[in-house]
Amino acid sequence: MQSRLIDDLKKILAKTSVLYTPEDLAVYGYDGTFIEARPDLVVLPETTEQVSQIVQLAAKAHAPIVPRGMGSGLAAASVPFPAGGIVLCLTRMNHILEIDLQNATVHVEAGVITADLQTAVEKIGLFYPPDPSSIRHSTIGGNVACNAGGPRCLKYGVTGDYVLGLTVVLADGRILKTGGKPIKDVTGYDLNGLFTGSEGTLGIVTEVLLRLITKPRHFKTALAEFDSLVDASRTVNAILAAGIVPASLELMDQTAIRCIEEAMNLGLNTEIEASLIIETDGADEQSVIREIDACISICQESGARSVKIAQNEAERNTLWKARRSMAPSLARKAPNKLGEDITVPRSAIPEIVQRLRLISNKYGLPIVIFGHAGDGNLHPNILFDKRQPEQWAKVEQMVGEIFAASLSLGGTLSGEHGVGVLKRPYLERALGSLSIEIQRNIKHALDPLNILNPGKIFPD
Amino acid sequence: MDVSNIEKPIETDYLNCIRCGLCLAVCPTYREHLNEIAGPRGRVALARKSLEGELDLSPNLVEQMNACFACLACNEICPVGIQPAELTLSMRFVQEQVKPTGWKQTLFGGLVSHPGRMEAATMPLRIYERSGIRKLIYQLRLTHLLPPQVRDLEAMLPHLPQRPLRQVLPERTDAYGQSRFRVGFFLGCAQNLLYAEESKATVRVLARNGCTVITPRDVQCCGMPARGYGRLDLVRAQAKHNIATFEKANVDVVITDCATCGSTLKEYKVLLQNEEEWTTRAEAFSSRIRDVSEFLAEIPLEKPRGQVRTSVTYHDPCHLRRGQKIWQQPRALLSLIDGLDFVELPEADWCCGSAGSQLITHYDTSTKVMDRKLDNLVSTGAQVIASGCPGCQLQLLTGIRRRRMDVRVVHPVTLLDEAYEAENAKSID
Repeated sequence: MQSRLIDDLKKILAKTSVLYTPEDLAVYGYDGTFIEARPDLVVLPETTEQVSQIVQLAAKAHAPIVPRGMGSGLAAASVPFPAGGIVLCLTRMNHILEIDLQNATVHVEAGVITADLQTAVEKIGLFYPPDPSSIRHSTIGGNVACNAGGPRCLKYGVTGDYVLGLTVVLADGRILKTGGKPIKDVTGYDLNGLFTGSEGTLGIVTEVLLRLITKPRHFKTALAEFDSLVDASRTVNAILAAGIVPASLELMDQTAIRCIEEAMNLGLNTEIEASLIIETDGADEQSVIREIDACISICQESGARSVKIAQNEAERNTLWKARRSMAPSLARKAPNKLGEDITVPRSAIPEIVQRLRLISNKYGLPIVIFGHAGDGNLHPNILFDKRQPEQWAKVEQMVGEIFAASLSLGGTLSGEHGVGVLKRPYLERALGSLSIEIQRNIKHALDPLNILNPGKIFPD
Repeated sequence: MDVSNIEKPIETDYLNCIRCGLCLAVCPTYREHLNEIAGPRGRVALARKSLEGELDLSPNLVEQMNACFACLACNEICPVGIQPAELTLSMRFVQEQVKPTGWKQTLFGGLVSHPGRMEAATMPLRIYERSGIRKLIYQLRLTHLLPPQVRDLEAMLPHLPQRPLRQVLPERTDAYGQSRFRVGFFLGCAQNLLYAEESKATVRVLARNGCTVITPRDVQCCGMPARGYGRLDLVRAQAKHNIATFEKANVDVVITDCATCGSTLKEYKVLLQNEEEWTTRAEAFSSRIRDVSEFLAEIPLEKPRGQVRTSVTYHDPCHLRRGQKIWQQPRALLSLIDGLDFVELPEADWCCGSAGSQLITHYDTSTKVMDRKLDNLVSTGAQVIASGCPGCQLQLLTGIRRRRMDVRVVHPVTLLDEAYEAENAKSID
């Protein structure tokens, strides 16, 4: 089957866009996790029409298709696990099709790098807020497929809040267009919402129409250092309770700070137990300053050892660069890390932080804590060496306990990474069997052959 | 593949790569091909799999190592401290140990290691330029008969000097006025053979600022070309020769006006760290190396009273910006010159696509990377682009000729020299 499929694909795509050497297959078998599986083929289409033709061929051959962008995902959703199949990489569909200033929308192909999209719209005073840490090495298609978040989502919402329309190639190759430029639209079911966050299991998103807002003109960014992690997490609630909604409110614990300092030499204080990065933004400079001043006062009242404000754009950029490098920098401590993204109601942040520490102590493996504390979304990262079986066994138990803790506090498994392969075993506990049954029915209705990213999201 | 008895990367060079993908954002070859295999993360995965026996050291795998431009952007951004660019260079050495290539021995061992032979071998190029044949070919537009790649390679050649600089420059150039520093000058191959006028300017600027300049005649290639082609063994031999040569010169610092030579010379201490009798000598040598802009920023510099009236932008060579963390100094030098209108180049530190000989070995990728640079250059509207690296200069010149742009490519120190010379001209008036 495979050689005929290759011949057929080469009739649709350029020769350099159909890959199958052992080396090609080896580099399309992973994402940002430690899960790895080898695909049978890799294709790099350049148009929606090509994607449609590829899907038709795959459907005929009953070959699984695993869509992906730059492969920065943290749930193994774009790894061709467990079934192999065709990896469909959308990075070469990277054109910005239209920026509509009057309607404040942007229409792009799925492979556009999110940071490039932001730069393009900011040039004319518009703003696309969602800012996953992978902003420079992830594509908008991937962001939509995972409904990506990021620090600014506290104030501005997640990727899905900006999706106005999608072009989706369905499992039989038909091309569906959803939504449009109107901001309000209740004509029929919300299919944008259905495909956003579906991790490539319902259809392949090839184009995205996004809503934009006016670019905030002023920013103030502060770094507050705390001797106690618990004080820092309580401060998060105190700020929000005071009626302030910063653009971002990020928490980092000591290990996180130490790793980033080692990686970037910023002169951070590595003796403190935790720090918060707080950013306020807006159109009016005075109110932005007033808000950051209020945050600073609250930090000081809550026991901050020091609070510093970034003095210029360069200092602000450095802080954010540090924050974005946080997760990967942890690999300085261990060959493997498992980063979760549990999200709890924000009142439960101090409690979940305590419980994470207990779990870490119980198993004797470090859990680094950082994340978007303002919206209750934390990234507990377990550091370990997968080559040591006893460590790996512990990690699996720890993950179970972390999820149990989050659920018991009214939280959820995943705020922004998605389920992919890694969180499947815990899905039923989080959603219940009825919800899973409904979701399976939706999947079956759209993909009866189960060729679109099979083996993802649902438990076996 | 049996790699048990050869020098190869160690586990810590790749083990902790967690495949976050940050490096993809900054990799010039990935950004052109948008294919995982053309990026640092893919190269690290392939290196690891071949070293651990999961994949063969196949021609395709080796090609992926050769396809890296070694611009060091991935090394700089990796939060884990993995150095993908170093890893690809090390893998090229692994390949040469497993399966040596004959022509590399001839080229880098037999020719590049001997300046005299290099000068003899490049004689026809100088005749081509000096006899007027080149001018004639351009006037008759005969270059259009060449295939594009050959035409680009022809265009790559700057105006060649009449004689290699090594045969012209005295071993000792006295300081103008009182001598305050005794410095060595490392005359690189490209400067000797192609950019003799620029290195003459470098020596003049040094002499004017109180330096007695010692230029040993029998230096060898810094070693970077051999390194790029996987012959670390030859680099080490060249390193030892150069260290011994400058030990005899008795100088406080060794100055180079080539970004690539500078970064390689500074790395001798790493390359020789496992050879006991050389570690101390290599450390001493590497600690004396200064890029010319770096050195000029350290000493009291005479402000040129002459002017150079033009608009100028600056391209950061990878081997200066990331290889040596030097980026402020060349800009500071340019700011000393009256009349210069400096415009910052967007993405100034993005690779130009030269990467040594990638225009020859990876023409398609190299020209794509170059186009990105040229688009940025066009956006500045500058009449001059300065860059302290002959590799970058050759590449920029090729691109500029391809697009028939009217932009001059120059070493920043040459502009400083022109400002000094303009002042002399004024005083003669």
